[in-house]
Amino acid sequence: MPEQKVVDTDYLLLEAPREKKFITGAQAMAEAVKRANVDMAIAYPITPQSEVMHLVGDLYAQGYLKDYYRAEEEYGTMSAIAGASRGGVRVFTATSGPGLLRGIEAIASWPGHRIPAVLGVLTRVVNAPLSIQPDNIELAYLLHSGIILLHAENQQDVFDMTLAAFAISEMVDVYIPVAVATEGFFVTHAKGYVNMTPEDMKLPPRDPYKAPVPVTDCEVPPARIQRDAPVQKSNFMSYLIHAVWQQEVWASNMRAMKYIYKYLGGPIEVVNPEAEVFVVASGCAAAQGREAVRYAQQEGLNVGLVKIKSIRPFPAKEVREALKNAKAVIIPEHNIEGWLSKEVKAAIPNSGIVTDGPRVYGGMTLPVELIMEEIYKSLGVKGKQRVVI
Amino acid sequence: MSDKKIVPGPAGYMPEPAVFMGVELPPEGKALLYGEIVDEEQAMREAAKAMLTKSNPTIFPGPQVLWNWKEDVADKAQAILELASEIPNCRIIPMPDYRPKYPKIDPEAEINPNHPNLTILHNRIEACIFVGVHCHYANLSLRMIRAGTNCFTIALCAFMGHEEAMVSLRDVHADDIRRFKDVLVQVRNELGIEWTPKPPPRNPSLPKEEWEALNPLDYGDYMHLIIPRKGEENVTETE
Repeated sequence: MPEQKVVDTDYLLLEAPREKKFITGAQAMAEAVKRANVDMAIAYPITPQSEVMHLVGDLYAQGYLKDYYRAEEEYGTMSAIAGASRGGVRVFTATSGPGLLRGIEAIASWPGHRIPAVLGVLTRVVNAPLSIQPDNIELAYLLHSGIILLHAENQQDVFDMTLAAFAISEMVDVYIPVAVATEGFFVTHAKGYVNMTPEDMKLPPRDPYKAPVPVTDCEVPPARIQRDAPVQKSNFMSYLIHAVWQQEVWASNMRAMKYIYKYLGGPIEVVNPEAEVFVVASGCAAAQGREAVRYAQQEGLNVGLVKIKSIRPFPAKEVREALKNAKAVIIPEHNIEGWLSKEVKAAIPNSGIVTDGPRVYGGMTLPVELIMEEIYKSLGVKGKQRVVI
Repeated sequence: MSDKKIVPGPAGYMPEPAVFMGVELPPEGKALLYGEIVDEEQAMREAAKAMLTKSNPTIFPGPQVLWNWKEDVADKAQAILELASEIPNCRIIPMPDYRPKYPKIDPEAEINPNHPNLTILHNRIEACIFVGVHCHYANLSLRMIRAGTNCFTIALCAFMGHEEAMVSLRDVHADDIRRFKDVLVQVRNELGIEWTPKPPPRNPSLPKEEWEALNPLDYGDYMHLIIPRKGEENVTETE
């Protein structure tokens, strides 16, 4: 059993000294699990998340976790995660693309069951056609589940968001699962610098009595619901309780925002707030957007970046404020549907200034030059950067 | 106070949740009053005024104070009884169970989070205090009460509080309940209400429990814990 001392959550997340390492996104996620005092991890393999769960399995072998096993498939994994969490332990799992969809019936029920858990979502194309390459269309399926959804730009974000996710998920006024998403391969299998807290420090253990619902009482909802679904169809529960229960899930989702401010510095990051043209992006596309803003500034163009870290709760107020003087908004994404574009357009009063794209999908990379072309078009200039085909 | 966001209802068929209206939970040391963050003293005084001036004031204790499940609970329950003694004509109606009850609850004996309005409306309760109820169920109940009744709700929460209540105090333990009791006595004197402290009446509808008369069949589904099934009579070792 490795020597780790329990430290205060705020100390670990905000004040503890950090050491820089050069690691992959998958390693970063596993390193966060190592420091999170996780009791149990349940795995089912699917590229590109398998490496995360391999590394978490290594943590189990080293004594950082109490239990770890491979479930039968993702539906079983996610159902078992709910059961374990309800039993009072801190849990972690990860999945990708079609695996997410295979387990989504259970995942979508987690918030209503008030299950604190952390789910790594390492994105991958959803078939058909099949590919193992990155594409984050799967996040669109999570948007309406009630789950808190954080989108990591790089390896550092993966570490910070995963570690904070355990704390946020278990707050009494939140107590719903948190998904930490990032692009498969582009982040999970590429190395980047990560400032990490010491590995001999860990979060306090989960206190299952510090909860808004009774601890694992299988006679009483919400735990009862998993063993006795018809209780929810009881004629002795008014329809209004179903409605206010759903409201409570979304209220809990919104309450997480203050912890996102506290532990992650807020739901958005703005570069060059006085800009006229903004690139708005999340995840790996934010890294490309950041590079595009750098090229643009080198060419003397007044372009800014709004990186969105929290997809749910969506920072509508913050996005509106950041874009209030914008003349054009460009939203690069790694999916065909443009789910982020739709969220941003719904949040701002003048959605006509938004360019839907550029978008790449099916595993294609997002060249910075594609974003630059949109920037030049928005500013009406002939620029230097071109996509070479 | 600026706009009161969370006021006694009825708010309507489908109530807008307080969180959606922008109400945030108070930081440590503060309280919520009508959805605004205020000092604890101000919130306590308003809560006291409601319990002293509105009809049929009632305290709804939940499972976390109804059973002596950990060390400090008995003291908290005692503090609640002391508070109830200081409120004229106060009743105590427990919320012992979050499950739907069959065929119907007795609304004079209990309140149930699946339909709290039944108890509120039957007893014409216009001011109530929730204490010792798990936060999830407190939020559901408080929202339904605000939707369908004109009851003034007060939440004494051991954690962060409840946006749906007209008054919400946080981090409430036995000492804080006694502090609230002192504020209530002060407000009572200021309002000129005369009252000799006395415990609330016993709930008239709760059936007397006669454990000696308990029949194994009363165990229902769990009967087989004490009466073995056919073929299981001689089992002595289990895995």
